[in-house]
Amino acid sequence: MRIFLKLAGAVLLWLGNAQAQPFLPTSPDSVLERLPVVTSRDDRELRQLQQQLNTAPDNIDLAITTARRLIETARKQAEPRYYGYAEAVLNRCWQLPQPPAEVLLLRATIRQHRHDFQGALADLQTILADQPAHFQARLTEAVILGVQGEYSAALRDCLLLTRLGNRQIAATCIGNIQSLNGQARPAYRYLYDIITNSPARDPEQQLWSLTVLAEIAVRLGDIKAAEAHFLTAMALAPGDVYLLSAYADFLLDQHRPTEIISLLKDHARADGLLLRLALAEQVSSAEALAGHVAELEARIAAYRQRGDAFHQREEARYSLHLLKQPEQALNLALANWQVQREPADARLVLEAALAAGAAQAKAKPVLDWIRHNQLEDTQLQALAKQLESS
Amino acid sequence: MMRHFLLIWLLLMSTAVSAHKPSDSYLLINSNEQQIQGQWDIALRDLNYAIGLDDNSDGQITWGELQHHHDNIAAYALARLSISTDNNSCSNHVTEQLVDNHSDGAYSVLRFQVSCPSPVRMLKVHYQLFFDFDLSHRGLLRMIQNGSTQTAVFSPEHRQRTFELATVSMWQEFIDFAREGIWHIWVGYDHILFLLSLLLPAVVVRKDKSWQAVEQFRPAFVEVLKIVTAFTVAHSITLSLAALSIINLPSRWVESAIAASVVIAAFNNLYPVIQKRLWICAFAFGLVHGLGFASVLTDLGLPKASLVTALVAFNVGVEIGQFAIISLFLPLAFILRGSWFYRRLTLGFGSVLIATVAMFWLLDRSLALGLLA
Repeated sequence: MRIFLKLAGAVLLWLGNAQAQPFLPTSPDSVLERLPVVTSRDDRELRQLQQQLNTAPDNIDLAITTARRLIETARKQAEPRYYGYAEAVLNRCWQLPQPPAEVLLLRATIRQHRHDFQGALADLQTILADQPAHFQARLTEAVILGVQGEYSAALRDCLLLTRLGNRQIAATCIGNIQSLNGQARPAYRYLYDIITNSPARDPEQQLWSLTVLAEIAVRLGDIKAAEAHFLTAMALAPGDVYLLSAYADFLLDQHRPTEIISLLKDHARADGLLLRLALAEQVSSAEALAGHVAELEARIAAYRQRGDAFHQREEARYSLHLLKQPEQALNLALANWQVQREPADARLVLEAALAAGAAQAKAKPVLDWIRHNQLEDTQLQALAKQLESS
Repeated sequence: MMRHFLLIWLLLMSTAVSAHKPSDSYLLINSNEQQIQGQWDIALRDLNYAIGLDDNSDGQITWGELQHHHDNIAAYALARLSISTDNNSCSNHVTEQLVDNHSDGAYSVLRFQVSCPSPVRMLKVHYQLFFDFDLSHRGLLRMIQNGSTQTAVFSPEHRQRTFELATVSMWQEFIDFAREGIWHIWVGYDHILFLLSLLLPAVVVRKDKSWQAVEQFRPAFVEVLKIVTAFTVAHSITLSLAALSIINLPSRWVESAIAASVVIAAFNNLYPVIQKRLWICAFAFGLVHGLGFASVLTDLGLPKASLVTALVAFNVGVEIGQFAIISLFLPLAFILRGSWFYRRLTLGFGSVLIATVAMFWLLDRSLALGLLA
């Protein structure tokens, strides 16, 4: 009953919000918008680069440098606008009959960001056909194939990386894939040894390895180890959106909502983090829930208005846990399953199927997939068992 | 080597977590018969990137800073939005600038008035805000016409949309054009007088060089019906041909010919040349009057999408106007047909009066004196 009252409140708030009237601020000092701290400096540098580019539009190297800086900024600020800026900068290079490998790589990255995995893979394959030893292209392909659940192809890429230099990156790549493919414990030990005995000097590399390690520990049910890896990683990159959401998911499963709320309350701008914040508020019956659910609803509506799909994984989770509409959630989760096949995607299908009281057949592709890949994940095993006995 | 690894972390984030949606602006255009108004919500983040709003670089945009850039914002934005009708561009001017909060942050709200050469039957909206540097930006348009809403999304690939204002309510358009038709008959004295001149003798017959009242209503009614039908068919033909630009005659000739037709019709009542088959006369001159109607229709601006509707509606309006005049005239004339009043004063003196007025028009129009501007 309580949740219904809250939802009614959320709908009212949303309606009110939708009809919000433009207003005239009262004081010249009232702050309308806060920009990320780095924005102004970044923007100034980027504008300078773009001005240079405007005077020399055919300078491909300058375009690549600018686009690369823009994509880095997009990632650093978790601001998707910069992908659009990067696209505009590269647009001219894409028209070339044979774009250079760097240009294709950047396009693959942007396409991947838009979840256009096929488009991204096509660009990467063009690069690799010409330069089979292109490290970044090989790595990106491995990651995308891993997300799609193409483990043997992904593993082939990872193994090639070992011959191309960086040991830790190759090890993280291999460990990640193997852990999803029936070898979770050896993969964990292998990766753990590498990063403790010879940690990478580059914090980005270290961050990736630690996160993968934490996620393997979560799947194995080793809560203590997972927590330790998460905290080490968080110390390296406290505001990172990916890490925050992975850690928040971990805390949700550990029934520690208050920690999530204090962790995420200042990060509600990111859709994925707002979703986790609302989920935590639901568990702890926090006051702010109604407002945040309304906010999510408004954001989903805004995506729909511009003709984009809100990220299906997040929308499925929103429908399942916050809207309590398991049938709709199941459809979204199954559609998402056609695009992404990470453990989190499998889990959503199983949870939605259970909540909807759906026939086992609906979730069969996912159940078969878990068995076929010998996926070791304590949460998934429990859900699968529940579903099969129901 | 370092260069390669800059993208590693990105790989993860991009597949797993959405940050928030890319840039959008919200454009609302509200049009009705009287005016067209616009409201454009543009994100402060985008404006900050495009023209710089954070003057003191403290990572915060205040109302004071925004106000300081208001002129700049208005000029920047409106230069990237063009609204036009069939072939004329409209001008936009800002009426006020406010602030609103959307789900992803604060927006500058630009309210503006659109002035188009009237009448507006279609609107072409060309949008190119931010497309020069952001290919993921979208312009979300909500077009409200007389209460009904259409939406459109502008992208770098689709920068232009055309809205037929007529398609939204064809019925309303039909009514509008029919009303114009009625109005035109009502204020177009030349058409009324021409029709009256032809109708006046319908309730009498010429016998032994004088007018005698007809015996029965029926032949009078049939006579009127024939005349009006012939007139209607004729002017419908030329109206359509002229409105479709198949024939195009100078309006001075047409207007003069209409005046001349009234003169001739009135004189025919005084010195009858044609007594039988007056409907042929009505048909011949009806062709000329149709050309006159067409010039009105062209002035109104015909909607391309619903030309036929407009033509039919205008014609229907003209018929309704005519019918109103006849239904007043015929019973009255029939009752009075035997009286001295009708035969002398109305038919005789009336025709003289009509001929005089029409002669005056003829001179005025053919010589372009401009006495009755």
